[in-house]
Amino acid sequence: MDLFEHQAKELFADYGIPVPRGIVAHTVEEVRAAAEQLTGRVVVKAQVKTGGRGKAGGVKVADDAADAVGKGEAILGMDIKGHTVHKVLVEEASAIAEEYYFSFLLDRANRTFLAICSAAGGMDIEEVAHSAPDKVAKVPVSALTGVDRAKAREIAVAGGLPEQSLDGAAELIEKLWCCFVDEDATLVEVNPMILSADGQVKALDGKVTLDDNAAFRQTDHEAFADKAAEDPLEAKAKEKDLNYVKLDGDVGIIGNGAGLVMSTLDVVAYAGEGFPGKPSPANFLDIGGGASAEVMASGLEIILSDPSVKSIFVNVFGGITSCDAVANGIVSAFKLLESRGEAVTHPLVVRLDGNNAQLGRQILADAALPRVELVDTMDDAAKRVAELAAVGA
Amino acid sequence: MAIWLTENSKIIVQGMTGGEGTKHTRRMLASGARVVGGVNARKAGTTHEGLPVFGTVKEAVEATGADVSVAFVPPAFTKSAVMEAVDAEIPLCVVITEGVPVHDSTAFWAYAIEKGNKTRIIGPNCPGIASPGASNAGIIPADITTAGRIGLVSKSGTLTYQLMYELRDFGFSTAVGIGGDPVIGTTHIDALQAFQEDPATDAIVMIGEIGGDAEERAAAYIEQHVTKPVVAYVAGFTAPEGKTMGHAGAIVSGSAGTAQAKKEALEKVGVRVGRTPSETARLMREIMQAR
Repeated sequence: MDLFEHQAKELFADYGIPVPRGIVAHTVEEVRAAAEQLTGRVVVKAQVKTGGRGKAGGVKVADDAADAVGKGEAILGMDIKGHTVHKVLVEEASAIAEEYYFSFLLDRANRTFLAICSAAGGMDIEEVAHSAPDKVAKVPVSALTGVDRAKAREIAVAGGLPEQSLDGAAELIEKLWCCFVDEDATLVEVNPMILSADGQVKALDGKVTLDDNAAFRQTDHEAFADKAAEDPLEAKAKEKDLNYVKLDGDVGIIGNGAGLVMSTLDVVAYAGEGFPGKPSPANFLDIGGGASAEVMASGLEIILSDPSVKSIFVNVFGGITSCDAVANGIVSAFKLLESRGEAVTHPLVVRLDGNNAQLGRQILADAALPRVELVDTMDDAAKRVAELAAVGA
Repeated sequence: MAIWLTENSKIIVQGMTGGEGTKHTRRMLASGARVVGGVNARKAGTTHEGLPVFGTVKEAVEATGADVSVAFVPPAFTKSAVMEAVDAEIPLCVVITEGVPVHDSTAFWAYAIEKGNKTRIIGPNCPGIASPGASNAGIIPADITTAGRIGLVSKSGTLTYQLMYELRDFGFSTAVGIGGDPVIGTTHIDALQAFQEDPATDAIVMIGEIGGDAEERAAAYIEQHVTKPVVAYVAGFTAPEGKTMGHAGAIVSGSAGTAQAKKEALEKVGVRVGRTPSETARLMREIMQAR
């Protein structure tokens, strides 16, 4: 889960990392109130989970509360790379002497953590990393030994930070490491990390990505979830513990195993290219290896409640759960839905392969479910389901 | 012959007494794997599924001579379970558990390296490893394929099964599911190297997924070191940017890590990449028939 800047800074503050004083505002009135409460000039910053907002005009300095209102008006509702600005952070402006870059992140390739530090921080850090890579220090950090004050200082020195910033930077970096570990983050980024005119090293911005796998021991992280931005179908699926992602197309997809479902999306998209309107997947839905009747019914229910779906592809490989069990699951799912008054009205293409595939297909054929077609291979089934979506069913 | 897991492998199950542990211990036994015991500190000294339960991996290894551990422990306990296996210096530890925090997998990997890298870790979040007709450590359904001379390495479980099934008439020396998490113990490259050196493997199927650059690095390795024919499949061509598709590792962010980039890297070094799993199976079929 990615955090908003204001959430990242709240987290930083909990770890004693200096951040500017700021208040979140959702309306122009709230912007005025915030600016009046804060001291001196303020910065109005769009809260969106994407980079490049400064360049997009989503960050503006205001001289007083009246000015902040005007700036807030311009930024609220703005579109930044497809993200609508629903809230801004109003923050006391800092007198910046120097701007640095700092982050801790996971280095997948080397299976370790990495600290990235540079004296050349700010909006153009990516350009610097590209054109002058020697100005951007990349220091591996062991998960076993971590970062103490001495290591933090070593990283700051490697990044080329000047002498007068080293103590402050080392303290900030050490605290940021605690935040990175204790919160199960996979990224903490401070860009810019600044040296203020009064000699303090501060986090002027914050990006944090938290590991969803750690939710079981980070129970307070749920409060960070952006419920407003969540797709209603995704929210409904989450309640039912289904691994569902809403997509833009019109072919509903159900399968077992993340890799197989991802592959199904590809195969359906390829098949769709050959038909008018180019049908494509409406969702990703992985019902897991087990593929029980209950889960199958919940999955079908979610997909049927998506108005953009015109046809449905059930793509199951019977491994641990054999195909006859999966077929029985589909039959029970139909009955279950019918009893709830939600009979399946869309054409449904089923491809069963693997253990007891013949038996599974026989069970489905015998059940003579309305609008269900059996196709033997994944590629042919994808063609058929795309065709059905194209004719509008 | 096979890689890493043979008919002589003696398997213990960490978390054998739990629901998943019990179910898959039965399945492994039924498929002919030599499961010799389990580990659960609270149930040490008892028996489960007719097998002895030990307090630690070390005790289990000393008593049974086990050389493979399969872990079905919950995510919260996976880090300590793997570290325990590393401490016991067991040669292979297969971590099935899904949902392990990445700080934990990074920590147990660092620990294994610090302790001299004596334990090969496969996973986490993987289906395990199967050498058809010889042994089976994990949850790969043993009866979907036969013994043969194809080696398979994959990030995805069900796609592994799909390919094993489609190519069941040729059969497999070993199939390794390495898992799709951001940090994993055994990589595509490790498996490619082992298959290249394995006299019982003639050709290799490699299955990748969007996210990270493991496939690109594997391509570079193939160019330098692999002379056996390799066919590949990559899932996630149409996955939208920034959305997670079930595997923690399968996140596309920016241009690097896309399925297209992986396909191009592989094709550049002469690997044939199928557009669909079935087409990938057909490509392998052609290679095996030409031999």
